[in-house]
Amino acid sequence: MARIELKGLAHSYKAIPSAPTDYALRPMDMTWEDGGAYALLGPSGCGKTTLLNIISGLIHPSQGRVLFDGKDVTDLAPQQRNIAQVFQFPVIYDTMTVFDNLAFPLRNRKLGEAEVRSRVHEVAEMLELGADLKHRASGLGADAKQKISLGRGLVRKDVAAILFDEPLTVIDPHVKWILRRKLKQIHQQFRLSLIYVTHDQVEALTFADQVVVMYEGQVVQLGTPQELFEAPAHTFVGYFIGSPGMNLLPCRLDGDAIAIDGVRLPLTAEKAQRARAAGGELQLGIRPEFLRCLAAPQPGAIAADIEAVEDLGNYKIVTARLSGQVMKAKLPEDETVALGQGWLLLPPARTRLYAGGRAID
Amino acid sequence: MQKTVNNKAWLLVIPVFICVAFSALIPLMTVVNYSVQDILGPDQRVFVGTEWFLQVLQDDDLHAALIRQIEFSAIVLLIEIPLGIALALTLPTGGWRASLCLVLLALPLLIPWNVVGTIWQIFGRGDIGLAGYLVNALGLNYNYTASPIDAWITVVVMDIWHWTPLVVLLCFAGLRAIPDAYYQAARIDGASPWAVFRYIQLPKLRGVLLIAILLRFMGSFMIYTEPFVLTGGGPGNSTTFLSQYLTTLAVGQFDVGPAAAFSIIYFLIILLLSFIFYTVIQNLGKGPAS
Repeated sequence: MARIELKGLAHSYKAIPSAPTDYALRPMDMTWEDGGAYALLGPSGCGKTTLLNIISGLIHPSQGRVLFDGKDVTDLAPQQRNIAQVFQFPVIYDTMTVFDNLAFPLRNRKLGEAEVRSRVHEVAEMLELGADLKHRASGLGADAKQKISLGRGLVRKDVAAILFDEPLTVIDPHVKWILRRKLKQIHQQFRLSLIYVTHDQVEALTFADQVVVMYEGQVVQLGTPQELFEAPAHTFVGYFIGSPGMNLLPCRLDGDAIAIDGVRLPLTAEKAQRARAAGGELQLGIRPEFLRCLAAPQPGAIAADIEAVEDLGNYKIVTARLSGQVMKAKLPEDETVALGQGWLLLPPARTRLYAGGRAID
Repeated sequence: MQKTVNNKAWLLVIPVFICVAFSALIPLMTVVNYSVQDILGPDQRVFVGTEWFLQVLQDDDLHAALIRQIEFSAIVLLIEIPLGIALALTLPTGGWRASLCLVLLALPLLIPWNVVGTIWQIFGRGDIGLAGYLVNALGLNYNYTASPIDAWITVVVMDIWHWTPLVVLLCFAGLRAIPDAYYQAARIDGASPWAVFRYIQLPKLRGVLLIAILLRFMGSFMIYTEPFVLTGGGPGNSTTFLSQYLTTLAVGQFDVGPAAAFSIIYFLIILLLSFIFYTVIQNLGKGPAS
């Protein structure tokens, strides 16, 4: 187990990157604490797999260093780093039995056969593969194969971290949650450092203690699922996490207040100052869960056109149009909303201001 | 479930039956027809039963040709398959270098077979052939028209030159189809290059190797044109393989009956050996492990 630090790390698939967009991974500093369960969440092409492969050593970064427990491993090959990685598609050695598959990393490292046997049996027990040990791995289902991939990582005593690259993509939905729970259980039992790449927010939020959200090659927020939900540091986090995503409303500063459609929402002087200093387009962000719909005007409420109300059984989704901008509100089942003229209230504690995409606190 | 009876379905399979009949069954039955009759003239024929088969099976020349044929196919397979795999592994994996290598490798496959024979016939000559001249200049006494060993070596080298590229192309395609994750996982598992070959590449190549082995087995077992042009089956009978023997029998001596009987035996041998190869390779690495 190890603490993994990334220092000034960046990667580009181009030889001489010039613009920031040439980077698959823009310069970053980051620390993954020992024993943490991290999820790396982001859309396709945001650089999460690149980051994972740099940690495991499959890719050598263009710049920056990778440290395990303070030791520089940037130039070490994957087999020298003691990293285990589970890939999107199960990798098993077809001609071997499950036992031999699990024993493979140990035998490659010239461990004694007695110890190999005891380690393999221990891991097989843990992953409930014991009954299949003597069978050929190629005949098993995708979930068992993925367990074998995981087992090849767990079987090594010295692993610094186990990396997962969308490991549940090819697994049937009803087995997914069993595997995910198994993973969680193993994590709690052994306090292994786990880094789990996914584009599925539900998977990330249920798996991890800490979620790292990536967007266009940069880490935009690291936080607990709750922090990501309540205090998105970037408009992308607001929009990507949650269903529906965060409402974003263009706005402007008017003295020490935000002005939208003639309604003024007061700010503290420092916050207004920071927003002005940050520059970039100003947006107000509010989660649909916190947006309130009113039938009558009220101080601070903004007039809007209620266009649709969808009843989803246990809650309602209201679609409103506010000065050309579509807003969604998630309301309790028993609340009634009339179509046509309405007023939207943005509770100040739940409303966040973004300048150029980044949150102003 | 009720089974639908609809005789119109037969109409749909009739074209296939007709094609197969004209392309395979009718010619084959003609051969069967010849093999059980002694044809004395256009209107004179006698049913002889299995006489031709027995005669052919007891023919010493044929036994010798069959043994030569098996030896030849074995040598060719034992060299071309490992060599093809090895070359495919050393080829560049992509880009213009890979394309260039593939084009160069594929050239021998594009040459008409009798031209291949002619090329090597000249290439191997001691007086005007580059290879023959060089080998003799090295002090080795090499003459494929006089020495059976030299003739054999020439035929085998020619076949390797001609057909190894096919194995390379198949293996190259097979290797490209292996997802990167396998190599990445192997690196993380600390696998040696040999282990990567043994446990990833070779098992993943099984399908293409099956095709390569079958094609090369059938091709080498039926080889005719190239040795016919190169050595004419000589010196003596040393490079007379089965198909050339058959041609001599059927066209040269016009022994249509024995030739037909022999054709059927030849066909059955190829069928049987191909089936054995297929079954063995299909079952390699499958089934319950010990």
